[in-house]
Amino acid sequence: MILVTPLAALGRATISVFATIGRVALFALAALTHILRPPFYGREFAVALLNIGWLSLPVVGLTAIFTGAALALQIYDGGSRFSAEAVVPQIVAIGMVRELGPVLVGLMVAARVTSSIAAEIATMKVTEQIDALTTLSTHPMKYLAAPRVLAALLVVPALVGIGDIIGIFGGFVVGTQQLGFNPATYITNTVDFLQRSDVISSLIKGSVFGGIAATMGCYFGMHSGRGAQGVGAATKASVQAAAVLILAANFLLTSIFFVS
Amino acid sequence: MITFDNVHKAFGPKKVLRGVNLHVPKGESMVIIGGSGTGKSVTLKCVLGLLSPDQGTITVDGKDATKGDRDAFLARFGMLFQGGALFDSLTVWQNVAFRLLRGSLKRPKDEARDIAIEKLRRVGLTPDVADLFPSELSGGMQKRVGLARAIAAEPEIIFFDEPTTGLDPIMSGVINDLIREIVVEMGATAMTITHDMSSVRAIADKVAMLHDGVIQWTGPVADMDNSGDPYLTQFISGSAEGPIEAVR
Repeated sequence: MILVTPLAALGRATISVFATIGRVALFALAALTHILRPPFYGREFAVALLNIGWLSLPVVGLTAIFTGAALALQIYDGGSRFSAEAVVPQIVAIGMVRELGPVLVGLMVAARVTSSIAAEIATMKVTEQIDALTTLSTHPMKYLAAPRVLAALLVVPALVGIGDIIGIFGGFVVGTQQLGFNPATYITNTVDFLQRSDVISSLIKGSVFGGIAATMGCYFGMHSGRGAQGVGAATKASVQAAAVLILAANFLLTSIFFVS
Repeated sequence: MITFDNVHKAFGPKKVLRGVNLHVPKGESMVIIGGSGTGKSVTLKCVLGLLSPDQGTITVDGKDATKGDRDAFLARFGMLFQGGALFDSLTVWQNVAFRLLRGSLKRPKDEARDIAIEKLRRVGLTPDVADLFPSELSGGMQKRVGLARAIAAEPEIIFFDEPTTGLDPIMSGVINDLIREIVVEMGATAMTITHDMSSVRAIADKVAMLHDGVIQWTGPVADMDNSGDPYLTQFISGSAEGPIEAVR
């Protein structure tokens, strides 16, 4: 009996985790199908584009520039141990475009956008606004989830692209102003070394991470518990889930793009 | 017109509705009363499809409420929610005209705005509130806007969920009178849930008392005070003594 109780608890927790994964997967599928079927809510889509894309630019830009700058310093210092200081432009470029750009933008979007979507939708649920939508013949998935997920799928790759450029610029500033690289050589080395596939993989990662961030916000918002505590718990869970899924998806996508 | 036949609904082990039977004739105003947590809101939500009954059927004009075209079905209803449930991100007129700006009842924007302003006037609000956001309104004004939204598309059936909760007695009276006037004027069928007895007397043609998951008593509002039903009598008098357990 002493052994059965923890085993039963473990079993219940495992079933609960898999049930949640199943529900999230079905929710994501439903959101995608609602994106493709009319009616389309243009105003909600435009607002989501503005919130997720334009208003995320400052935090994405600041994150990218400092990361690129720090990366240049790290590569220079690490590379000097085996006389490879000259690879700073190439490694900053590849590091930002393939990995740090998409992941950091994804995590920033998870922190800023997922939390905001989850809190907004959870509050709507708690105050019966989602029930009101239904009684007004408007499907909440179509009106709330589809525009946000579509906007994130489209605009986060653009954010990643901008983050990549700003990150490389951060490395360029440190490389040329602090580490003594020639500006023209730095740019040539960066451009020549990057391949089209690096950029495409970066943008695809951005789209996937954006989709994850928005879907998690919508899912946890719509499944929020009651009251202020329910809204808080939904917001926290959405950011945790989005961050973990983004990192897991990053590993998966990296394996697909660069190992196989 | 709206008929509940042996409707059951449970949430986990908690059985909220245990066989509700009720008939609401067309054009009548039915008020469902009962204590907090007795399933009054659940009853309304089951009609609208916001919740699914576990057992039993709900029919509207003889047709099963859970089947058929949802959009067309819901277009027949208007609902005033307890807290207003106004959309924070939209202005007052956009809230009122929500149904008129999209879906099967879509109208041109200017026409929808004109209708919204007319409905705002009908509930005693001036056109200058049309461009405000719900957060800029008082509780009473939000209730009025919710009422204007509920009647904007001239529905055949209107539901009112605790229409006077959170309002002062004078504002409660104003809202009750408005509801009564609008329901009579539109010839709509109305279902109201409340535990405010002044609302009951102002709004109801008929009253149904929900207790312990079933309709304990139903009849014309005029018979309510002399019903002889111990549950209803205790509820009306607000006494702690009687068949309804009062936790102290």
